[in-house]
Amino acid sequence: MLICENCQINPATVDFTHVENGEVQKLRLCAECAAEKNIHVHGPLSLTDILFGLGDENVEPSTTPDHACPSCHMRRSDFRKTTQLGCPVCYETFAAELAPMFKAMHGDVRHVGKVPRLEQVNVELRLLQRQLDDAVEKQDFEEAARLRDAVREANLTKRADAN
Amino acid sequence: MRVEDLVERPGAWLSMGPETGVAISSRIRLARNIRGAAFPGWAGQEESVQIADSIFDALGKVSELDGALVLKIDQLDPVDRQILRERHLISNELVDKGEGSGLVVTRDESVAVMVNEEDHLRLQVISPGINLDRLWARIDAIDSSLEEHLTYSFAPDIGYLTACPTNVGTGLRASVMVHLPGLSLMHEVEPVVKGLSKIGLAVRGLLGEGTEAAGNMFQISNQVTLGQSEVEIIGRLSEVVSEVIVHEHNARQRLMEGRESQVRDLVGRAHGILRQAHLMTSREMLDLLSALRLGIELELVRNADVKLVNELMLLTQPGHLQRILKQTISPEERDVVRARMVRERLAKLTIEKDLTRDAT
Repeated sequence: MLICENCQINPATVDFTHVENGEVQKLRLCAECAAEKNIHVHGPLSLTDILFGLGDENVEPSTTPDHACPSCHMRRSDFRKTTQLGCPVCYETFAAELAPMFKAMHGDVRHVGKVPRLEQVNVELRLLQRQLDDAVEKQDFEEAARLRDAVREANLTKRADAN
Repeated sequence: MRVEDLVERPGAWLSMGPETGVAISSRIRLARNIRGAAFPGWAGQEESVQIADSIFDALGKVSELDGALVLKIDQLDPVDRQILRERHLISNELVDKGEGSGLVVTRDESVAVMVNEEDHLRLQVISPGINLDRLWARIDAIDSSLEEHLTYSFAPDIGYLTACPTNVGTGLRASVMVHLPGLSLMHEVEPVVKGLSKIGLAVRGLLGEGTEAAGNMFQISNQVTLGQSEVEIIGRLSEVVSEVIVHEHNARQRLMEGRESQVRDLVGRAHGILRQAHLMTSREMLDLLSALRLGIELELVRNADVKLVNELMLLTQPGHLQRILKQTISPEERDVVRARMVRERLAKLTIEKDLTRDAT
């Protein structure tokens, strides 16, 4: 049985890896000593931590205003602390902060998986709108007219569904 | 049915399946949230309880969950919560939650839904072996049924919205628990783990995030949730895990061809200690049971099967030990009780003689 390397009494139950000035130190501790040293058994730093500077406490606090979500009142500083958003609207509120993170994690991509039944018309509309923008940009007016009609029809379906 | 009734039985994910061996179990979870509501970590107590009520109500209407056990976390004693965690039915985070959080779990433990954990809903399906296609079909159906009763938070561009932005998109995490003693003995685990992380898969130890690989158990899962469909994510993971399984079999074969004595020594020593020890930490036991499992699969051991190993892994955890003995046990006493349980359950275990070498 392994004995705690700190108190030399209790059985060691926590593997503690400490990194200081590039030196890796491994310690086996009992639950009491781990608690005394304020060691919490937690996961490695996530990408969120790194991108939002949580992994590095020396990062200067941002000088831009700390705006809050209009729906749930979470502030950007709260998000930095918890690494979790407050509500679905936060995705719009903090879109500028989130965009580089999504790009780093997943590349420049969009959702292509399952869509809830109620959302299918919205997904279709978004796709048509994008194609319409493309067609206008390429000055393909015949295609643009066709797409404009399709958008109108999808909007009608959406309204009919909502009623 | 109460939590107590679960204790003596191994969960569905630890039962034997036709595909079990290197792949111990597979699971898929979906993160879902209710439209217009704050995520659980940010919502107030009153809102959490209200949301939980509507979710429990909706879960009650899903036919796949007929007869399921409904557990409110604040109504469970600490040992029951620990048992549920040890059975991988709830997370550490849910253990510490109060009113407004809970679990709905089917009687065979193959479907478990956490309510108000990090997200409003964490739907989870589990099966022994590797069977991700069937698991996806099952969880997809449950998710679609729930959609009839709840409105999910979703954005056309980025998919299902989750409390943590790292889960956004499909909200899907698929994982397979694999046992890799062969690769470990050949010192080939590290390159495999490095290779997996290079292609965007996460590898964790047995006990989840941030843990070392106790008992040569590794959990391989997807990290990317946005930009790939559920079927693509699952297909890719299945393909890669199948390759890892081939590598492991290959390593075992090379071991038996070139280093048979080393393998027999490892299994024999594990046998000796498991049968004779009077103090055993859970970490030591997991490593010894890994050797025993390898011995069973290589047919070097008699009168023990993988089911028995799985049972021991589950029942010797602190919460289970305390419930079985019906008393509180200190961490030091646990090691005594654990060693005793292992000795009793493995009393008939014998080692297959090496007929080519041992003089009989």
